[in-house]
Amino acid sequence: MPPDAPVIEARHLTRHYGSQAVVQDVSFTLQAGETLVLLGPSGCGKTTLLRMLNRLIEPDAGTVVINGQDVRQQRPEQLRRGIGYVIQQVGLLPHYTVAENVAVVPQLLGHPPAQVAARTEELLRRLHLPPERYARQYPHQLSGGQQQRVGLARALAADPPIILLDEPFGALDPITRVSIRREFRELPELRRKTVVLVTHDVTEAFELADRILLLNAGQTQQLGTPHELLFRPANDFVRQFFEDERLGLQLRTLRLADVLTAGFSASQSDDSSIYQSATNILTPNATIQAALELLSQASTTAAQPLPEPTVWVSAPANRPDLAPVPLTYATLMAAFGRAVQQLSAA
Amino acid sequence: MNTLTELLTFWQAQADKLGQQTVQHIGLTAASLVLGVLVGVPLGLLLTRRPRLTPWVLGAAGVLQTIPSIALLGFLIPALGIGPGPAILALFLYSLLPIVRNTLTGIRGVDAAVVDAARGLGLTDAQVLRRVELPLALPVLLAGIRTAAVINVGVATLAAYIAAGGLGEFIFGGIALNNPAMILAGAIPTALLALVFDAALAGVQHLTGRRLVWAGRTLLVALPLLAGLYLLPRANSKLLAGFSPEFVGRSDGLPGLQRLYGLRPASVVLAPALVYEAARHGDVDLIDGYSTDGRIRAYDLQVLRDDRHAFPPYQAVPVVRQQVLRQHPELAAALGRLAGQLSDSVMTELNYRVDYRHETPRAVAESFLRRRGLWQAARPVQGGVIRLGSKIFGEQYILVELYAALIRGYTNLGVEAKTGLGGTTICAEALRTGAIDIYPEYTGTGLLVVLQPPTAVVDSLGPDPAAVLRYVRGEYRRRYQLEWLAPIGFNNTYALLMRRRQARQLGIATVSELSAFLR
Repeated sequence: MPPDAPVIEARHLTRHYGSQAVVQDVSFTLQAGETLVLLGPSGCGKTTLLRMLNRLIEPDAGTVVINGQDVRQQRPEQLRRGIGYVIQQVGLLPHYTVAENVAVVPQLLGHPPAQVAARTEELLRRLHLPPERYARQYPHQLSGGQQQRVGLARALAADPPIILLDEPFGALDPITRVSIRREFRELPELRRKTVVLVTHDVTEAFELADRILLLNAGQTQQLGTPHELLFRPANDFVRQFFEDERLGLQLRTLRLADVLTAGFSASQSDDSSIYQSATNILTPNATIQAALELLSQASTTAAQPLPEPTVWVSAPANRPDLAPVPLTYATLMAAFGRAVQQLSAA
Repeated sequence: MNTLTELLTFWQAQADKLGQQTVQHIGLTAASLVLGVLVGVPLGLLLTRRPRLTPWVLGAAGVLQTIPSIALLGFLIPALGIGPGPAILALFLYSLLPIVRNTLTGIRGVDAAVVDAARGLGLTDAQVLRRVELPLALPVLLAGIRTAAVINVGVATLAAYIAAGGLGEFIFGGIALNNPAMILAGAIPTALLALVFDAALAGVQHLTGRRLVWAGRTLLVALPLLAGLYLLPRANSKLLAGFSPEFVGRSDGLPGLQRLYGLRPASVVLAPALVYEAARHGDVDLIDGYSTDGRIRAYDLQVLRDDRHAFPPYQAVPVVRQQVLRQHPELAAALGRLAGQLSDSVMTELNYRVDYRHETPRAVAESFLRRRGLWQAARPVQGGVIRLGSKIFGEQYILVELYAALIRGYTNLGVEAKTGLGGTTICAEALRTGAIDIYPEYTGTGLLVVLQPPTAVVDSLGPDPAAVLRYVRGEYRRRYQLEWLAPIGFNNTYALLMRRRQARQLGIATVSELSAFLR
């Protein structure tokens, strides 16, 4: 298999329930390490599509190829043991302890017990469930957020290259959801994985996705990066789907580098001495949202030598010779407005 | 208090029998439960995978459950005969519904998300079943087994009717003999067994997690072991006897034989209605019966001669309330027309026609009366109604029909038949309290079951039919104001019966020879 071959390839997947088509002719390919979010309103077929990937549902037509092999050529159990799976209701085995739940797949795969135990302990620790406290507890003794962490640990236990998640944060309260989502995003385990995640939460999709597959009534509306879906919607459905949260999504999607088209110059700025001592520095890769958050913190900081709240954008990594750029609310929003205008016009 | 003392004495005297019956009872219950689990659980699992079958299977099991247990045994006897086989099968059928239903309910009750997650993780269907569905369904499943166990401990008492043993032997013996202590001797251990089974399974059911699974496995091992108790070798003997419960307990039954002949055959207890069939099919070799029974002829059985007169005379005599005789003087004459008309062989013939040829007692009675020139068409009814009672077997039905025809033909009295009043004690009680006016009784029965005189009196009367009738008649007049009329003619005494062929082969014609052979 060539190194850049897709990890997951879905070809013309179709599934009917009775006379109704739940998924119609959906195709996509996914490279290693990529995160694809299946997004759409309830009943659009995104869960069905996800479950066809590990053969919990068999398609009526079309094929799924994983690592170059048609999934129908493998025994479904064999296939699933190589793919992590997390669902909204978690589905921990209530008669197994936390540690036993995490160890299910490695044991099925016949890993040596010592290795399984070490791996379980490591994962629980990384997911903020100290094993000495939680390993021997039963699922009903845990909170919803803790249960979902165990569910995640269980999916990761055998270190599968692919993880499927079906609304993994859907059943959690908003605060827990945000914090677990952040942990999830920052989990080093997941960086290397190819992830397919189902959600109906637009913010979640934009936060986690490399690419989004937007579905409606079982049909692909658009497949692309968040940036593409936002600024180059393929049809009215896509446009309207993001309408309510457009500004918020734009703030999260656009990066400083996207809006500061003419900002960096080779000349040293007058304020460079201040920059040297500043703590509020961002890379050009940061989102507008992140810059705004930092600005709002800067404004409340007492020791502020400049008349206005300011954050600094460091030079791009490939151009260390360039000077950092100071940003205030005014300059940032002006740049943001210009960029949105240009992108929308294009 | 008195009953309690009797009960304790009874247990003490019958300790080995009590132990044996308890072991048999546990064995029967456990064996049927094992079968119930082996069939019911897979059946329940099948239903979870094929929901379309559910109403059919549950419906069928439900219908089985509603069949009265006695009737179910009755259905099984023609196919499987008597003994442990049909008993275990019947108990097994009763245990099916709760086990199947609870298996189904238990598996269905498992959180769908847990099963989905387990499959998504890569458990095979078998692993999902073994590691997820069954352990989680176990409490509900065990509740079903628990229900089945308690039902079966109760129903297993009926096994005593078909020679499968168990604590029902005491219970039915006690009922037949109207001996409350004997009934309790079987009923109390039965109730205790039910409680023990229930408590043990309840304890298992309330365990959680690992211990529950462990206990479930232990149960899987323990139940077959308990079932094995039933298979402990039974007493070895050259001949196997099958006796009705009443015969086993009555002093002129088996105890009398033991006293006079020293006869102690290995025996099982079974329903009176089944002893002849059992002998005919060779399930047992020796049975108790009645000397005029029609099946003696039909099944080619042989009456062993009672050469030492263990069985007292049992002349059939109509017993009537004196009050009724005074009110209707014409009644005695009508009843008297049958006196001396029926010899042993004639009665056996009539019984044969009813029991074996399935003619109605009424038709048999009418044809007999016509042949003897005693038949008269019914007269118009004026005045009172005479209530005739009978015990629950063919000969009594025939006698009642004979008397009914005579009363209708020779008096203007009406007749009301209350047949099938169960055993002796019920008939005697009904007559004493005036619920019936007449029923045919046997002198020996009146003496030993109703009057129960001291042994010295019985011995003094000896085997003389006239002496027994005289004594019974006198005592009934004195105690109950009841009148024994003239004997009908035949002597329906207890008899030991064997298959004619086997008796001839072994050269056994008398009870003494049987006793010598067994020794």
